Amino acid sequence: MKYFTRLRVRRVYKWRGEPISFNRKLKTCEYASLDISVEGLPRVTVIETGQHILIEGEDEDNPYVAKVIRLYGDENGKQKKVVVQWFARVSEVPLSKLKLLGREPHPQEIFYYQGRSCDDEVNAESILRPVKVQRLDGAAPFPDSEDQDTLYVKLSWDSKSFKGVDSAQVDSDLSPDCSSCPPPYSRSSFPPSTPCSPPAATPASQGPAWRALPTPDLDIMRRAAIGEVRNYQATMSAGKPRLAEAESMHSATKRSASKCLSAKRRNPSARTPGIRKKLELSSPEKRSVIAEDLNQLLDEDSESELMLAQRLSSSPPLAVMLKHSLTPPRKNLKPSVLLNKMCLSEINSSPSSDHSTSPQQGELVMDEVLPNIFVRTPRRRNATPKKPTRGQKATTPSTKRQLQTLKEPALEMLAEVDNESSPFVAVTATPRSSKRKSAQLVSSRIRKQLNLLDKQDLNSDGEDEDEFVPSKKELQSSSEDDDDVEKEAGLDSDEEVVVKKGRHTAAGSRTSRSKQRTHTSTRTPRRTPNKKFTPGTPRTPHHATPSIPCRLRPAQQPANVLEEARLRLHVSSVPESLPCREQEFQDIYSFVESKVVDGTGGCMYISGVPGTGKTATVHEVMRCLQHATDVDEIPPFHFIEINGMKMTDPHQAYVQILQKLTGQKATADHAAALLEKRFSNPAPRKQSTVLLVDELDLLWTRKQNVMYNLFDWPTRRNARLVVLTIANTMDLPERIMINRVASRLGLTRLSFQPYSFKQLQQIITSRLNKVKAFEEDALQLASRKVAALSGDARRCLDICRRATEICEHSAADTGLVGMSDVMDALNEMFSSAYITAIKCVSVQEQLFLRAIIAEFRRLGLEEATFQQVFVQHQALCRVEGLQPVSVSEGLAVCQRLGACRLLLLEPSRLGVLQRVRLNVSQDDVLYALKAD
Amino acid sequence: MSKRKARDAHLPVGECISQVQEILRKRLCNQQLPDRPEGVEAQHKHLLELLKRTAVHGESNSVLIVGPRGAGKTMLLKCVLRDLLMEKEAQKNLLQVHLNGLLQTDDRIALQEMTRQLHLENVVGDKVFGSFAENLNFLLEALKKGDRSSSRPVLFVLDEFDLFAHHKNQTLLYNLFDVSQSAQAPVAVVGVTCRLDVLELLEKRVKSRFSHRQIHVLSNPTFRQYLERVQTQLSLQPGDLPDDKFAQHWNVSIKTLCEDKSVEEALQRHYNSSKDFRSNHMLLMLCLSRVSVAKPAIKPADLLEASRMCFIDAEANMLHGLSILELCLIIAMKHLNDLYEGEPFNLQMVHNEFKKFLQRKSNSMYNFEQPVIMKAFEHLQQLEMIRPVDSSTAKTQREYQLMRLMLDHTQVMEALQKYPQCPTDVKQWAMSAFG
Repeated sequence: MKYFTRLRVRRVYKWRGEPISFNRKLKTCEYASLDISVEGLPRVTVIETGQHILIEGEDEDNPYVAKVIRLYGDENGKQKKVVVQWFARVSEVPLSKLKLLGREPHPQEIFYYQGRSCDDEVNAESILRPVKVQRLDGAAPFPDSEDQDTLYVKLSWDSKSFKGVDSAQVDSDLSPDCSSCPPPYSRSSFPPSTPCSPPAATPASQGPAWRALPTPDLDIMRRAAIGEVRNYQATMSAGKPRLAEAESMHSATKRSASKCLSAKRRNPSARTPGIRKKLELSSPEKRSVIAEDLNQLLDEDSESELMLAQRLSSSPPLAVMLKHSLTPPRKNLKPSVLLNKMCLSEINSSPSSDHSTSPQQGELVMDEVLPNIFVRTPRRRNATPKKPTRGQKATTPSTKRQLQTLKEPALEMLAEVDNESSPFVAVTATPRSSKRKSAQLVSSRIRKQLNLLDKQDLNSDGEDEDEFVPSKKELQSSSEDDDDVEKEAGLDSDEEVVVKKGRHTAAGSRTSRSKQRTHTSTRTPRRTPNKKFTPGTPRTPHHATPSIPCRLRPAQQPANVLEEARLRLHVSSVPESLPCREQEFQDIYSFVESKVVDGTGGCMYISGVPGTGKTATVHEVMRCLQHATDVDEIPPFHFIEINGMKMTDPHQAYVQILQKLTGQKATADHAAALLEKRFSNPAPRKQSTVLLVDELDLLWTRKQNVMYNLFDWPTRRNARLVVLTIANTMDLPERIMINRVASRLGLTRLSFQPYSFKQLQQIITSRLNKVKAFEEDALQLASRKVAALSGDARRCLDICRRATEICEHSAADTGLVGMSDVMDALNEMFSSAYITAIKCVSVQEQLFLRAIIAEFRRLGLEEATFQQVFVQHQALCRVEGLQPVSVSEGLAVCQRLGACRLLLLEPSRLGVLQRVRLNVSQDDVLYALKAD
Repeated sequence: MSKRKARDAHLPVGECISQVQEILRKRLCNQQLPDRPEGVEAQHKHLLELLKRTAVHGESNSVLIVGPRGAGKTMLLKCVLRDLLMEKEAQKNLLQVHLNGLLQTDDRIALQEMTRQLHLENVVGDKVFGSFAENLNFLLEALKKGDRSSSRPVLFVLDEFDLFAHHKNQTLLYNLFDVSQSAQAPVAVVGVTCRLDVLELLEKRVKSRFSHRQIHVLSNPTFRQYLERVQTQLSLQPGDLPDDKFAQHWNVSIKTLCEDKSVEEALQRHYNSSKDFRSNHMLLMLCLSRVSVAKPAIKPADLLEASRMCFIDAEANMLHGLSILELCLIIAMKHLNDLYEGEPFNLQMVHNEFKKFLQRKSNSMYNFEQPVIMKAFEHLQQLEMIRPVDSSTAKTQREYQLMRLMLDHTQVMEALQKYPQCPTDVKQWAMSAFG
């Protein structure tokens, strides 16, 4: 990849047309559009006002995104300036602020930039190319991630916070100027999405122009037929998947009516595909992309048709059939074909083309189907199917790569053109083929395909499959929605296959193969995006990424009811709701909500024994509040969580708060100063901050300055800080805090009572959620027992979990966890092992215990020295008829008992003088010894 | 091995013996795991299931293995891990972190060690960079990033678990258990300890996060089993030795050894004293080292001698090495102890007591100067036969520092019996009730 970026491309920027207006004072001319052409290439890219463009930046992979507002130059045309509206990429937003998003940012997400600090005038020479930007509703999901060329705007970013984008504002931006400044098309120079893609720009006759289009190779075409071009391309260009995928996505979605339907299914929320299309179409650069896609599709289709024809060894009936199937749409859609043709053939023509290209769904479908037919005919007439095919094949991978490098394609372009003109050199002579392994791979594959094609052998293209079979790791690292998409894609392709089947019944064997392909390759694309955009790899300030390596093999899913129950009962599983804490939830919710809404600050102290759901409830509240923020019920706020146990020193609290708030790293003192400043200085658009301090008692220091600050900040006028503190003891403020700290903490307190048995039962039932794994009585037993002991929900869950295990290994006939299982679990967890341990110790050890009790009785104390006990021991040995033990041995016995804490001993260096105490009650010892 | 086999099956006796000793030593020094853990099958199954679920299903777990020293806790864990890693599924996924409370004496060291063993990205070579706080954050962040289904499960083995509970705030334990109870990277925390009351050491919030699973390893073999085990420990398996004839010979001799009445008695005594196998192995090692070319089998006498060595009283043994003067001082102390019922004494008191004995005997043979007696007294203190009551030595003069005798009367009397050429009058003095 780096190789290409070294070759710099010279772009030529020229004003297009006459200036619209002239500013006399500044002596500037305003223009409607700008031409960009790459030196040595005939193709020209047009930039117009209202279009979204990529602007050269520091990061070559992620150029800046902006929208053109005004284009102007000075009188003599030397300086070309562009006034833009900036958009911020995800990578431009500070990491810490990304958290404000409350979700994972979409890799292609951009934000409408509203910050003031940025110069909005840039040199026209820094423009790279147009880009497609699409606005999404705040709640709407991102469209399929495969479409990597499109960027999505959901929110605006003012360098402090995210806000919903004013739809009017951005829509007007995004669907610019249907009427005001129409970006017209002309066929010869319609704006390609990248300056380097050779196709449509060639101002040649139609035939060659089509041929020059980046057509995927045979393999791709075949897959394209089942809607999965993207995968192949994604793997081909593993480094930079975006464009390839985007393209394929287009081809996949615009393929046919069934595609459209599936697209509809895919985005069941507000937007219908039609609407989306409209959106896309209405912005010029999108149009260009679409146009290109169409072109490409046309080619692909025609290619595949051709290929089919070849494959089927030109059997006449089939050809007829083909024609047949194609006729009706042609008839129906004549007008729109024309429209389409118009839009393709006339760049810069009339604004009306806009309307024609943004029809409702039905028409769209036709649009997509039609051009295929439209070009197919001339293509066939051309009757030189093979050579161009090769040329195209050779170009495909490389073009794709070029699309990705975006910048310096000129030389290669030339080479490519050469290739095209001498198609037979194509594959092997492609200069790029030797540059990258993947390229080699691809080209070799292409070669193979070509050979196959020559031989008309269609059945041996399954071999590359194994190269694309994703490793399991990738598979399981995929998120849920990916799976959904995959399924959907699978469905689509299946449908497609069915369609194909209907058309060409002879291609039965192919169908099955293509099905296989679908499965292997629908997974493939995830390799790249995931690697690139996993949450684990965002650039962090330090080099090392904290992460545990991924599993090599997937985790197994629960196989039976008990395993399912066990999974649900695990403390870590997040329940759908938190039963039995409704009142507390409400209290905390209303407290935080009121503070956030009012923009004031406050403290709340939450206490309760461990396992009563304190932290869980607060988290639940935060989830709900975040949700409320999302739907704009309350103003947005930051949520920060620190835990006294998760830091090495109370002063680390400052560091953690600062880091979570701003992403800065600082020493404790510096962080404290920064936070102090932040919370005391007024700032106009400051968001509220909700700070959760877990295990508050650990933040205790002798001077208590950490606590003092934490509770003092909320009282500042401009702080807008809400502090929720959690600790175990109810009277912590009175016990450990000095007055000025306790006073600032205030009296807003909430105490979580231990769960009663009914509540515990309810918790378990709600967790199990209709998974029938427990007998009712068994549940009650467990919850009653725990409620009587501690009321700790964790304990209850653990007991139930253990009971399922016991049940599984015991009789295993019922499948239900019964009383006995719970009983066993309870015994395991709560019974002390002392008695069993005493039963298991050796004879001398038992004698020693007995001697201790005898000595205690004699002394009337609960403590004796070893020497005293030893005398008793010797006596007992004689009574029992055992050989008396030596002092060393006696000491060893004593130490062994002490090691497992049946006895409490003084340090062993005291020898015979060490004092001995029992760690078990005498009754227990006697009981254990008697039962022998 | 193959080389040896290729050679003549009948090796010289010396060769055979050295091989036998090598094999058995490996067995007795716990270097070799038994094929299956004896007496703890249920625990083995439980632990194996538990760890398997972590390794395969990504379920987080925490468990404590509790049992007295020498009961086979570590052996159990090692067996489980060996069996677990035999499964491909687990082998590929499981990351292991082994910590020992005796080595990782505070959380800082423990964290560095964990990071090192996990090969996280802030590890370069064998060094872990960053401060304590950074390390903690880094590790927690790393664990937080993982989730049940996608991260490799991590097995934390905390040997001498109780010592970790003494770390400041129990930060490490809290965090480990917290990870195991929240939807983060799957972990299994296995604590190994000999303290039965280990749960009481945990702070309540740490305790709440622990799953309260305890696997008790309390081996309770009967004497029959104990005896059988001794026999199997000493016998050779077929194939252990290339020379079959010698192996058979050896096994027969072991069998006769175990059937011997006196041996059985000695073993019974050991069994009564301690059931754990480590002390048993100690005995067997002593026997084994007595085997030589001249005596190519363990004889009952060897075992009895070894047993005697095991039970020998260390301090009484030490008394044999004392000079007559030192012995006399010990006897004087013993008398003082008898007189004052264990009250501490000082050098002056002991000297007086000794003088009384000398006066009665009117024998100048033991008439030593004060400094000599002082020296002898100090020597006894160095041998820890006596120890000062309070450790502050600076304040009082040495002559008047209060001391206690660290020996039992029986030990003194026993030593006197065996003391070589002990003067009769000294013996008599020791026997007499009062100075």
